[in-house]
Amino acid sequence: MDEVLLRSLTPSVLGILVRRGADFAAAEDAVQDALVEAVRVWPADPPRDAKGWLVTVAWRRFLDATRADTARRRREDLVDEEPTPGPTPAVDDTLQLYFLCAHPSLTPSSAVALTLRAVGGLTTRQIAQAYLVPEATMAQRISRAKRTVSGVRFDQPGDVATVLRVLYLVFNEGYSGDVDLAAEAIRLTRQLAAAIDHPEVAGLLALMLLHHARRAARTAPDGSLVPLAEQDRGRWDTKAIAEGVAILQAALARDRLGEFQAQAAIAALHADARTAEETDWVQIVEWYDELARLTDSPVVRLNRAVAVGEADGPRAGLAALLALDESLPRHTAVAAYLHERDGDLATAARLYAEAAQKAPNLAERDHLTRQAARLNARRGR
Amino acid sequence: MAKYLLLKHYRGAPAAVNDVPMDQWTPEEISAHIQYMRDFAARLEGTGEYVDGQALAPEGAWVRYDGEGRPPVTDGPFAETKDLIAGWMVIDVDTYERAVELAGELSAAPGAGGKPIHEWLEVRPFLAAQPNVTECH
Repeated sequence: MDEVLLRSLTPSVLGILVRRGADFAAAEDAVQDALVEAVRVWPADPPRDAKGWLVTVAWRRFLDATRADTARRRREDLVDEEPTPGPTPAVDDTLQLYFLCAHPSLTPSSAVALTLRAVGGLTTRQIAQAYLVPEATMAQRISRAKRTVSGVRFDQPGDVATVLRVLYLVFNEGYSGDVDLAAEAIRLTRQLAAAIDHPEVAGLLALMLLHHARRAARTAPDGSLVPLAEQDRGRWDTKAIAEGVAILQAALARDRLGEFQAQAAIAALHADARTAEETDWVQIVEWYDELARLTDSPVVRLNRAVAVGEADGPRAGLAALLALDESLPRHTAVAAYLHERDGDLATAARLYAEAAQKAPNLAERDHLTRQAARLNARRGR
Repeated sequence: MAKYLLLKHYRGAPAAVNDVPMDQWTPEEISAHIQYMRDFAARLEGTGEYVDGQALAPEGAWVRYDGEGRPPVTDGPFAETKDLIAGWMVIDVDTYERAVELAGELSAAPGAGGKPIHEWLEVRPFLAAQPNVTECH
């Protein structure tokens, strides 16, 4: 049984229940029950109409749950036996679900959890494992998120930018446990791109594909980081790169530039270089300038300083770095790299060691420590 | 979405405001303190921010490898150890500010006289295993 195909039906089935008048929280539980039931029953007895089967089972579960609830509250006239067709949706159901699950009233972590369950069809246990928290905690996070959006009308148009931020967060988490969040984020962004014609959705999808294409080359067999310049480019996924570039070009042609398209353009320029030396750093600097105009993010300006160091030499990179706040994450690591390129190995070694102390994760800390050790060993000889 | 460790010390933290040793509280004050800690953990489960909480015995030993084929060497406990961890709580929150807010609430647990202890808790971010996908190119 194709679990991804099954999960891809989640948003449309949930949309149908909500349009029939089910409230979102109860409908979402019912759809989860139906998904679990499908995993149990389908291998031996596959349905001819998968979506129809899910709708029937989910609706029955919803009615059962509502009846039990109704009996408890002695409000027996709450739900009709026969499903009533709701009003014709103005916007695609799937799209509405993305908006609802990324509603601005939700915290980022709640929006991520709700999106993965209600749109992605993942179980609470899978989401909990992916984020390394207890299942009970994740269950509470999801049910609170559902309560938070319970008053939001399903047919209201939402903001695509908030949805993209949530999907970007999911993608960046990578993978841990048995759920590949990066692949799931790509699937969800692809599904979103099918539901709405928007250059930034395409830009994010292209960005994800281009980064994902390098995944196999990004870590050594022992788990340590391999910097871009040292990656075995033969291990990059050329099919994903080609798809990402094609999606990006179509988006850029529409002349509505946004930050994800600009980021994807930078990723595409890296993907385009057969060797690190062939990288078109001048164009990358131009894209960083564009990105800085769009976001004014200090992280972008830090990355720009690296690109300037490659395009115009390490001195120019260090000059660009001078304008930036030293407390920025990775500022010290960038300074170390540029000083090494400039031939000042003593300063570079000291800064690498300092950067390792401030590294936000183990893989980067180990990488920076190795860089410092490498320079110290060379200087000691 | 980041994990933080809220670390409670037997020794080594700056002195609390209401710094009366627990064995000098009334039994009711001890019960109230324990209940506060339980309620706090339950509340964090409810907000979807709780990961783990454990208490540690004050008595421990130092252990080290002593070479091939030899049993590990043990030593201590050393009464003079300056820093002694009493327990921890692991939380998973959206921001550092939220971690500080929760540590502040935990530090308000009641002690002697039913008054908040105002004890100093250490807040430490976890190091993730890997960088963000888009950060490492």
